[in-house]
Amino acid sequence: MPQVISANRLSDGIVVFRAPGGRWVEQLRDAQILPDAGAVKAALGLVEADIRANHVIEVAAFDVAVKGDHVEPVHLRDKIRAKGPTTHPGHGKQAAH
Amino acid sequence: MYRYDEFDAAFVADRLNQFSDQVQRRLSGELTEEQFRIHRLMNGVYLQLHAYMLRVAIPYGALSPRQLRKLAHIARRYDKGFGHFTTRQNIQFNWPALKDIPEILGELASVEMHAIQTSGNCIRNVTADHFAGAAADEIEDPRPYAEILRQWSSIHPEFTYLPRKFKLALSGAPHDRAAIQVHDIGYQLVKNEAGETGFAVYVGGGLGRTPMVGHKIRDFLPTKDLLAYTQAIVRVYNLEGRRDNKYKARIKILVHEKGFEAMRDAVEAEFAADKSDLLALPQNEIARISAYFAPPALTERPADSQALKARRARDPAFAGFVDVNVAKHRQDGYGLVTISLKPIGGIPGDATAEQMELVAELAEKFGHDEIRVSHEQNLVLPHVALDDLPAVYDALRAQGLATANAGLISDIISCPGMDYCSLATARSIPVAQRISERFADGPRAREIGAMKIKISGCINACGHHHVGHIGILGLERKGVETYQLTLGGSGDESCTLGDITGPGFSYEDVVDAVETVVDAYMGLRASPDEDFLSAYRRVGMAPFKKALYERDSGSDI
Amino acid sequence: MPLYKNGSFVQDAWTTIREGEAISPAGHVIAPLAWWQAERQAFDQSHVPIGVLIEPGASIDDFIADLPRLAVIALVIPKFQDGRPYSMARLLRERHGYKGEVRATGEVLIDQIQPMLRCGFDAFEITDPITQAALEAGRIPGVAHFYQPGVNEAPQPGARPWLRQAGR
Repeated sequence: MPQVISANRLSDGIVVFRAPGGRWVEQLRDAQILPDAGAVKAALGLVEADIRANHVIEVAAFDVAVKGDHVEPVHLRDKIRAKGPTTHPGHGKQAAH
Repeated sequence: MYRYDEFDAAFVADRLNQFSDQVQRRLSGELTEEQFRIHRLMNGVYLQLHAYMLRVAIPYGALSPRQLRKLAHIARRYDKGFGHFTTRQNIQFNWPALKDIPEILGELASVEMHAIQTSGNCIRNVTADHFAGAAADEIEDPRPYAEILRQWSSIHPEFTYLPRKFKLALSGAPHDRAAIQVHDIGYQLVKNEAGETGFAVYVGGGLGRTPMVGHKIRDFLPTKDLLAYTQAIVRVYNLEGRRDNKYKARIKILVHEKGFEAMRDAVEAEFAADKSDLLALPQNEIARISAYFAPPALTERPADSQALKARRARDPAFAGFVDVNVAKHRQDGYGLVTISLKPIGGIPGDATAEQMELVAELAEKFGHDEIRVSHEQNLVLPHVALDDLPAVYDALRAQGLATANAGLISDIISCPGMDYCSLATARSIPVAQRISERFADGPRAREIGAMKIKISGCINACGHHHVGHIGILGLERKGVETYQLTLGGSGDESCTLGDITGPGFSYEDVVDAVETVVDAYMGLRASPDEDFLSAYRRVGMAPFKKALYERDSGSDI
Repeated sequence: MPLYKNGSFVQDAWTTIREGEAISPAGHVIAPLAWWQAERQAFDQSHVPIGVLIEPGASIDDFIADLPRLAVIALVIPKFQDGRPYSMARLLRERHGYKGEVRATGEVLIDQIQPMLRCGFDAFEITDPITQAALEAGRIPGVAHFYQPGVNEAPQPGARPWLRQAGR
């Protein structure tokens, strides 16, 4: 199953996703889709430098479903992380949509 | 209420400097995340699903208007205009940046507040009856003792790295509104045969994945021994509590595995061995701290308020509010007003900055400058003249704060659940919202009567579901949210843990399941005076199980 | 290993040995408690300085009788978040009047130095370079106001009087 790597930014805690080229972006739609376990492992290896440099914490890969241009996390927890609290539609990343 | 002296202010300033330095060392990379985590937790900073969360201590739930205004300011400036009041009488901010937290703590220090020990494996914010100092049934005000415990436990050198978190709660009345029997230590003020005041002490209660009701370890502890006895309990726990498994590290597990009698013997031996007297509380010092909590000068008023009567007669909504949200004060002509933070369909415990400011203003105008946070996630104005209730009610109503549901079915305790919490396995707030919408705060809710629904989004039980009359535990089964129901729990002086009904219910079905339980209760209660808990204790699980599972829909596993 | 004691780094005169290793007749050896108890007869007539290494799961009662014979009690801090040695240190000092060295060994980090000092530790084996640098710079983070008595602390002006003067 394809995966995306997410983390929290150390300075403000905001959820970020790893984009192509190793940048960290705030919106899931800009994230790099890693097609298989090998790609995930390689990317997680590259992220180690960002952890050591104290840019990000709580790094983890999560499952996504890709339909055309649309990326959607598979698990509810990751959906909520990618959008914001379901109870406050004006809060979190969903507010920027 | 308690006011800082120079020493207290200097202590909080010290702690602020210490933590600011730790934040700087983390941001510069001198501290690793693993090393920093413990320091940030010790100062109430979590990393949650979306961002950091800052939990601010509100010792025993007591706030001044000035403090509540400051919390409103922080909500507006550093958060998204909200604060969330918790089951430990604290407030949480959901969106602060780590780099701003030293500044927020500086703002808090300016109003004698802090976030010290609101997390971490240490002695947490001390909680107490939110009606303390005002309730009609009180033996003695527990707040002075809560304050003494707060001070003594702050940055305690010996007890900063306990096996697990440690929670203290105090009640000054026979009716326990502070859930003391589900705390690591619970203290109940009592009188002995000689008429002296002391504490009945409970140890080893707790919720979480292994819920237990506390054991009474002392029938009567003289007040002067409060700290020495607490030290003995915490020391035995610090030395003997399990550290190999965080899920078995609370004192309740030590009491369970060691055996209550052996635990009691160990505590009494430790208490007896401590000959120093350093911690003995002299009566004059108890009196000195108690003076801070002297009751406000309430002018004498007739027991019956004509203004109240007149408004009641013409305004049923107002009458409903008074019947449900105003409790008996110990002085005639006054009431304790519960300001429900459970608007119908709203988020339990959330308050906007504007709402906080309004409550601060009402406390100044009508409430002798006192506000309380209840562990049931509501606010309380503890000293309001009955004559002023119409004005208070109108002001509350204008800010959406006049929901007449205190103690009713829509007055739901809920943890933040998966909408915020990184530990949660299911959502809890939306379940609370849907139940609230289903039953609301009208005639139906009043007919159902006293009903405590408590919802947790994971097994850690921050929503106290085990002691809910109806408890709801959100779990994840094969990637899907599942909700387990428990019935018959109670956190008061008749403390019991709820019984699991059976298989869980889906997110879609759980509200129907709750309604099924409620309907079954309505059908079987002996009279409208028999509340749900009493009825459950009389008839047991069987009729509810039958109603829930012997039908076509509702069960999904 | 650098040893921090009385405000500076000093030469460590002691050697810590493992079970099975010989305890030098000249002493100045910190031995595991069980090993010392097995070997102690050999030292009955000797007055060479001896220390013991105490794991946090041990009970102080296991070696109370040995205290007069022990010059160093080294309490193992397996992880910095393990609080047991704090209670042990306090009991040694306050209840049993132990006057020898109470040493912290293991994961000893800068942010725990102040509470350890207040519980009666007086020597620290330091392996963490950041902790070493901070101590060398004379920087011990902490607070300067305390709500509860620490070991060997004289009552301070401004400290909570009801924790100080009670019963005296």
